[in-house]
This record gives sequence, C-alpha cells and structure tokens, in this order.
Amino acid sequence: MSMKPRTMFEKIWEAHLVRPPTADTPAILYVDLHLVHEVTSPQAFTWLRERGLKVRRPERTVATMDHSTPTTPRGRDGKIPVLDSAAAAQIATLEKNCADFGIELHALGTDGQGIVHVIGPEMGVTQPGEVIVCGDSHTSTHGAFGALAFGIGTSEVSHVLATQSLLQQPPRTLAVTVEGQLRPGVTAKDIILAVIARLGIGGGTGYVIEYRGSAIRALSMEERMTVCNMSIEAGARAGMIAPDETTFAYLKGRPRAPQGAAWDRAVAAWRQLPSDPGAAFDREEKFDASALEPMITYGTNPGMGIPISGDIPSATNATGEKALAYMGLQGEKRLMGHKVDVVFIGSCTNSRLSDLRAAASVFKGRKVADGVRVLVVPGSQAIKKAAEAEGLDRVFTEAGAEWREAGCSMCIAMNGDQLKPGQYAVSTSNRNFEGRQGAGGRTFLASPLTAAAAAVTGRVTDARDLV
Amino acid sequence: MDKIDSITSKTVALPVENVDTDQIIPARFLKATSKVGLGSKLFADWRFDAEGKAKPDFVLNRPEASGAQILVAGDNFGCGSSREHAPWSLTDYGFRAVISTSIADIFRNNSLKNGLVPVVIDAASHAKLLAAPGAIVTISVADRTVTLPDGGKASFPIDPFARYCLLNGVDELEFLLSQDKEIAAFEKQRA
Ligand code: SF4
Repeated sequence: MSMKPRTMFEKIWEAHLVRPPTADTPAILYVDLHLVHEVTSPQAFTWLRERGLKVRRPERTVATMDHSTPTTPRGRDGKIPVLDSAAAAQIATLEKNCADFGIELHALGTDGQGIVHVIGPEMGVTQPGEVIVCGDSHTSTHGAFGALAFGIGTSEVSHVLATQSLLQQPPRTLAVTVEGQLRPGVTAKDIILAVIARLGIGGGTGYVIEYRGSAIRALSMEERMTVCNMSIEAGARAGMIAPDETTFAYLKGRPRAPQGAAWDRAVAAWRQLPSDPGAAFDREEKFDASALEPMITYGTNPGMGIPISGDIPSATNATGEKALAYMGLQGEKRLMGHKVDVVFIGSCTNSRLSDLRAAASVFKGRKVADGVRVLVVPGSQAIKKAAEAEGLDRVFTEAGAEWREAGCSMCIAMNGDQLKPGQYAVSTSNRNFEGRQGAGGRTFLASPLTAAAAAVTGRVTDARDLV
Repeated sequence: MDKIDSITSKTVALPVENVDTDQIIPARFLKATSKVGLGSKLFADWRFDAEGKAKPDFVLNRPEASGAQILVAGDNFGCGSSREHAPWSLTDYGFRAVISTSIADIFRNNSLKNGLVPVVIDAASHAKLLAAPGAIVTISVADRTVTLPDGGKASFPIDPFARYCLLNGVDELEFLLSQDKEIAAFEKQRA
C-alpha cells in the first residue's frame, strides 16, 4: 500500500488526534507537554477549582516563573527580592496552584528556574514528535526539536489542565526554505528577521511553518530555537524544524530525555518524523542565506525590518506614519549611527549560552559607551551558571554591563526592568511594539552581535565594522 | 456563557493596522490574578497620557464613541502576545464584536471563548464601515452576516462549532469534558 507523502506537521497532528475533525466539530488534539507560567495561568486554576476539576495529567505539566519576576541580583541572603506586591501575589498564586494540583514547579530562586521556553529544552522535556502548548505565544520555540508547539490562551490552559486536550482547527502548512551559507557575522536572528520582513507580521496567519534547507540544517539547536521562536511574529501558529543528528546530540543525556534502550527506540521513532520527499505544503517561500545581511527593525512591529546598512522605508499609509512618528524616525534615512540609550541582551529568543558568547566576543576588551545602560539577562539559572563558569559574567561586568538573574526582564517590562519614555534600545528580544519594553520606549530588534556592537559604540552599528 | 444570536450597535472605528495585544492591554496590567475590571486598562497607553488623563483625540475618548459595542479595526487585529487579557479587557469595556479584514489566530480563538465575536469581512465592505463610524449595524451570528451603512450586507466565515457555541451559549470546556471516554481510550492506546 503506498501512502501519500506527509509533512512532519501532518505526521505529528495525526498521531495526536483523539478525534479527527468532523463537519460540525474541530479536531480534539492530545497534548504531551503543557508548560505553565505565572501570568497566564491563575484564572485557569480558579476555573478548575470553581468546577471541582483536577489536573488530568500533572506529570505532563511543568511550571516556572519568569515574566513578572525581578532579575535584580540576589541580596546577601541569596534571595531575589520581589518588591512589587502584585507580582509577589502572582508568584504566590502559582506556588499554591502547583502545590494544590501536584505540578512540578521551578520557583524563583531555585536552580531550575528560567524562561519557560528556555528550561523545557534544557531539561529535555521538549522532544521531537510531541505536541507542546503553553499560555504563551513564543511556545513556537520548541518546534526547533521537530515538535508541534504553539501558544494558547488562558481558557485553553484550563482545557489542557482539565482534559490534556484541545479543540483545534487544522492549520495550513508553509515551507520556508533557506538554502546556502550565511556570511560571517550573519546569524539565526538575522534569518528570522528577514523571513518576517518578507512575510509581514500577518503573513503567516493560519499557517504552521516548517523551516528547511541547507542553511537551517547547518544551525545549532540554540540557533534553531531563535528561528522558531519568532514564527508568531509573522502570525504563524507554530514553526518547526525536522529533527536530525544535531537534535539528538543536544538531547542525549538531558535529565528528562529517554535513557538506555528507551533512547534508541525514541531516536528510531524520531527519525520517521521529517517530511516525506514530495510531501505537499500549501505554500512555500525561498530564501538565499548567502544574500542575507545583519537585520534590524526600525518600526513598531517585527515585520518592519531592514538590512542594517539599508534605508528606513518611507511610510506608505497612516499605520506606517504612526510607526515612524512613534519611533521618532524619518523614511529614506539610514538607521545606522542612530543613538542608543539602552541595550538588552536576553529573552527566549536570544538568552542562551551561544548568544551570551557571541555578545561577549564583542564586549571583550571594550567598554560600554558613556551613558548607555546594558542589561545582560541569561534565560535560565542553568545558563547563568554555565556562563559564569566560563567567565562571561566578568567580560560583561568589566565592560560596564549589568549581569542579572534569569527571567523575561526587559522583553516584557512587567518586572521592574524597563525603558524610560523616549529611550531607544537595541534588543535581542522579539517584539518592538509600542511600549513593549516600557511605556514610550522605542525598540530596535537585532542579534546579540548587533546589540553588543551598539552597547560599545552607543550607536546602531554593524558588528562587522568593529575591528 | 451567554447565548449570542445577533448584536446591534453603533460602531467605533480604529483604522490602525496590526493592532497588537500589547496595545490592547499593556503587559504591566497582566499581574492580576482575576479577569475583573480590565476594561479600565483597555488601550491604556493610547487612551491616557503619562499622568493618567484621558487623551481627548483618541477615538474611545470621544463622546460619540460612548456605548459602542462593535469595534471596527484595521487589518490583522490582535496580533502578538497570546494574553487572553486582551478580549477580557475589550468585553469588560463593553465591546461584543470586532470587525476587521483579518484577525490574528490566537486572539480570535481567545475571543470566541469570551463571547467577543470576531468578524472578518472583505476589504470593500470593511472600507464602508470605516468610512461611517458610528453607523448602527447588526452582526448576525445565525446568518453569518453584518449589515453595512449603505444598506448592503457582508458575510463572514465562522466555523460551525464556534457558531454553535455562540448561538447556544456552550462552553468548550464542557464539550471537552464530555469526551472523557475518547481521551482515556487514546491515552490507553498510546501507553
Ligand atoms: S522572554 Fe519575552 S517573549 Fe519570551 S516568554 Fe518572556 S516575555 Fe514572552
């Protein structure tokens, strides 16, 4: 019997159908891993209590605290001080919910704590072939392992807590093929910013993206996570990359990865996941990696990106004018050389060890420019420790940057780390929406190399020009 | 959930594209552990200045917008963060439907679970609504149509299950809970 060639998405989708869609009802999709954080879960637990429901699969649920937690260095007592009473209440609520419902929690101050999308892969709970959800749009990060991973709302968080399942309409599939070799100084972040600049912020709506091609295959797992992370920034429901030897090497020996004979069985199954030759995607977009430049955004959504040496496009409609006015920029001018007040290196996009190493390579032997505030925020406590073991923290602090505790920090500005009105920041995070990094703040999104180059020059700078 | 068959209201027009959920409700208001009262923070940075005073030129602050239950917004409304606080703040403020030429995925899903009807219509009909802010229009969930200021009608897609849930006030969680046997069988077969 010959089977129709299937995409990786179709294989994972079909393997998780509790019930296929009918004319009247959506599919019921089973969830392997549910990640939980403090901001989008409290109401869901409240509804469970109101209805007298239990968490169906607490062992498939992992919680952490990252969004509203401070990243200020620890006090003498080794504790991270939470000054904001609303944040403290939210943190206490998650602690109570996890205790009451039997959910594993990586609480503030513990070794396992970190940004939810950073710790899942680190622990090895993120695995190929899984359906992974979280009340967070950057859940797409986990797709880097060949998982179907997507963000859900708080109502859906309650659905998954109570039933381990979700109602889903089937998405369409989009192949983003990136062939060729990146030039030195061009990174995974530049790939994804270029993809979003072409697709537009709504261009991927309704799609699951599979990133493929030689340039994607050549990326490390950390770089693949950077790419998949920002799929939502093109409106896509998820982004995924086929698992391969790079994936298996990353996972092998992680605390929650299968061990021994179970490992061999798992790898054999994971090898079946990649899209079959000839599998049909609903749409394809092709990119030439060798033509890509370091990218930076100039506007108020992540689709407003340009090569760093390029001109800011002039506005073509009222929305574009509003964006340039907010940013205090003019079309037909270069962004290069623009003054920068703050540099943020962190977030679930670019806070992993390789990102910190890239930034440190620029800081080494240099100083942060006068008047510039630089925050370097590791994505997890484990990354913090690993970075300190290699002395990266000293490279940052000796240059004049702040070395912080793990968390979302200035990516979301609800934890004390934020821009002041009017300030310009180069950030390695994923969103440059108005006020995202603090009311009135203005964000240029870029890679860790570009961010570090801005830190030491105080201007938007092409890191390749630093000698 | 309340049953929603149709909504008749005047509209308020916000002709901005790509309105992200950080604008609908900024992150600093997400520290709440309940969903009550978020309407006061809706579009906070567009509605209020740094001192918390209402900005008179923002459309929701104009007297003619008062009482409008239908928001007509630019393309790709609700993109960005998955925060369900976005539909919570819109409904708490008094909105019952959002009309656009496209609506972001997660926001649309979240809206349906909160009785906020996401209505996606063609660009020409959308332009008519934007050109006539304050017009009284009727959105019929039953017929999948919205009336236009010129007397015409535009139809909008809505999947049959979402429509059924709105019309009958069915909560999706109830439906999923009723599938317990199937879920248990699936778990058993995979174990
Ligand atoms: S780092 Fe930013 S984008 Fe990532 S989970 Fe935290 S707030 Fe969301």
